[in-house]
Amino acid sequence: MQINAKGMHYRKLNAILKEAAASGVAHFELENVNGQRYLGTGLDRPVEIVVNGVPGNDLGAFMDGPTVIVRGNGQDAIANTMNAGKIVVHGHAGDVLAFGMRGGKLFIKGDVGYRVGIHMKAYNEQVPVVIIGGGAGAFFGEYMAGGVLVLLGLGYAPGQSLIGDYTGTGMHGGAIYIRGKVDPELLGKEVAVFEANAEDRAVLEPHLLEYCQEFGLDPAEINRQPFQKLVPVSHRPYGNLYAY
Amino acid sequence: MDQVFPRIPSGCAISGMIDRSGGRMTGEAIIASIALMHERSNGLGGGFAGYGIYPDFPEHYAFHLIYDSETARANTEAFLASRFAIDASEPIPTRPVAGILDPPILWRYFLAPKEELVHGKDRPADADDFTLRAVMHINHSIAGAYVASSGKNMGAFKGVGYPEDIGRFYRLETYAGYSWTAHGRFPTNTPGWWGGAHPFTILDWSVVHNGEISSYGINRRYLEMFGYTCDLQTDTEVVAYLFDLLGRRHGLKFQEICLALAAPFWKDIDRMPEPARQKLTAIRMVYGSALLNGPFSIIVGNRRGITGFNDRIKLRPMMAARKGDMVYMASEESAIIEVCSSPDEVWAARGGEPIVAELYDNAARKIARAS
Repeated sequence: MQINAKGMHYRKLNAILKEAAASGVAHFELENVNGQRYLGTGLDRPVEIVVNGVPGNDLGAFMDGPTVIVRGNGQDAIANTMNAGKIVVHGHAGDVLAFGMRGGKLFIKGDVGYRVGIHMKAYNEQVPVVIIGGGAGAFFGEYMAGGVLVLLGLGYAPGQSLIGDYTGTGMHGGAIYIRGKVDPELLGKEVAVFEANAEDRAVLEPHLLEYCQEFGLDPAEINRQPFQKLVPVSHRPYGNLYAY
Repeated sequence: MDQVFPRIPSGCAISGMIDRSGGRMTGEAIIASIALMHERSNGLGGGFAGYGIYPDFPEHYAFHLIYDSETARANTEAFLASRFAIDASEPIPTRPVAGILDPPILWRYFLAPKEELVHGKDRPADADDFTLRAVMHINHSIAGAYVASSGKNMGAFKGVGYPEDIGRFYRLETYAGYSWTAHGRFPTNTPGWWGGAHPFTILDWSVVHNGEISSYGINRRYLEMFGYTCDLQTDTEVVAYLFDLLGRRHGLKFQEICLALAAPFWKDIDRMPEPARQKLTAIRMVYGSALLNGPFSIIVGNRRGITGFNDRIKLRPMMAARKGDMVYMASEESAIIEVCSSPDEVWAARGGEPIVAELYDNAARKIARAS
């Protein structure tokens, strides 16, 4: 189903998507999207939505199953509290991506803004995966509680930092993988840095392969540089704060 | 009790654009850009600033006034006549718009300070300072009168409503300027009223702001020492006056003003090489009371151009783009794409690092010469 979204209010556009998905439409091509919020929000079946243009904030919020391909740049708060499915952005994206994300995948081709991966979480088989092709702003993985957050820095010069200040501040679960060197001055007090080992590579490999397939990249190129792994040094540091 | 209160997902919107070569554009593009972010406002404030819009009166202070009553207008005009030659006086042209209710009296004046009052014993000796005092007097001491703008060859157009309605109300399609800024308001801590809409201005400085200035009290008391009074009931007012104080009166360069208002953290200053460490230490010590705390993204305008600028840890959004001589800034990328579909370059602002977009020197000279 093709929809010309030019000038269309987000409520109308999302109502059309929801109704058509419920009636069995499995593929959507959205043309001339510009700034419409909440695309894919709350959709709970594995439809595919191709977005041509710049989708508005909260793309895929609370999404539960669909695949969203953005042929353009993304804005803020993509995959907010997303539960399942996949979002692929063929450009850069903004701040607060994957906020409270609890499952599914988010692949960004370029750079991302501040506070990406804030409070991601995981439970049993529900493990959200976020892979970013470029670099990230400050507070990457802030308060992260679970999941996998990967920063590739493709096209970055050797020695150029992929992260901003306060990376992993307040982190208490999950893992952040960063390709290349990490400046310890930029890390929060709650994380420690290790060289990624064979076990970590095994975790990353299928996700990186899928990422490379989406963007037509060569996995060998990515693997040419080792990954650093950031993990929390404390487990649930505030677990007793309100309980005792 | 079964009334439904839908969530209103708002958070203020800002947008700005400049043609660095000095080419002038109507207000239609800036309205289209800010309208795209309709969801970020709630109808309780919208406004615009345009530069280069009064080429017929380039050397006059253009005063835009908001009046609650004819009495306020009479009192203000008597005051203005005592200080300035009033070379033109007229209602600001408006049209009826469905979303704009009960507008106040809106008037503009093109003013030239009376020379003998500017110079001499106990006089400010500077036409800008003289005009600044007049603005403060009106806002502080004349009941029901508020100055929306007071700069040369620029004007602010603001009120209560959604920004796109305010833009049509003020007929911005009939003006042409080389730079424009806009604001859609979602008031949080202070009332939505005509004087409290953005932009906040003084002389040719204008500020549109998304966020809140938690340091308002400290900043306000600091500014009072230099003759600025804050009477417009909104935190953003201090930002406009701080730019005037640091930029015009203290002669700081734009980058330096931003280093004072969004100073790096001490831990980062301590890691800097000399002489940067010493310079930043000096700025923080001298201008500690000018530091802006709290989340903000701001676009500041003056006759030279526009500058986008975020708090140090970037708690509010700001994107920028360039296409030829045009530079755009906005809360959302889509608000830029709406008026510039294929920019040469699009990038995200970084916390505490200003994006300065000014007229080219030859364009600035040409505009100055024309006056």
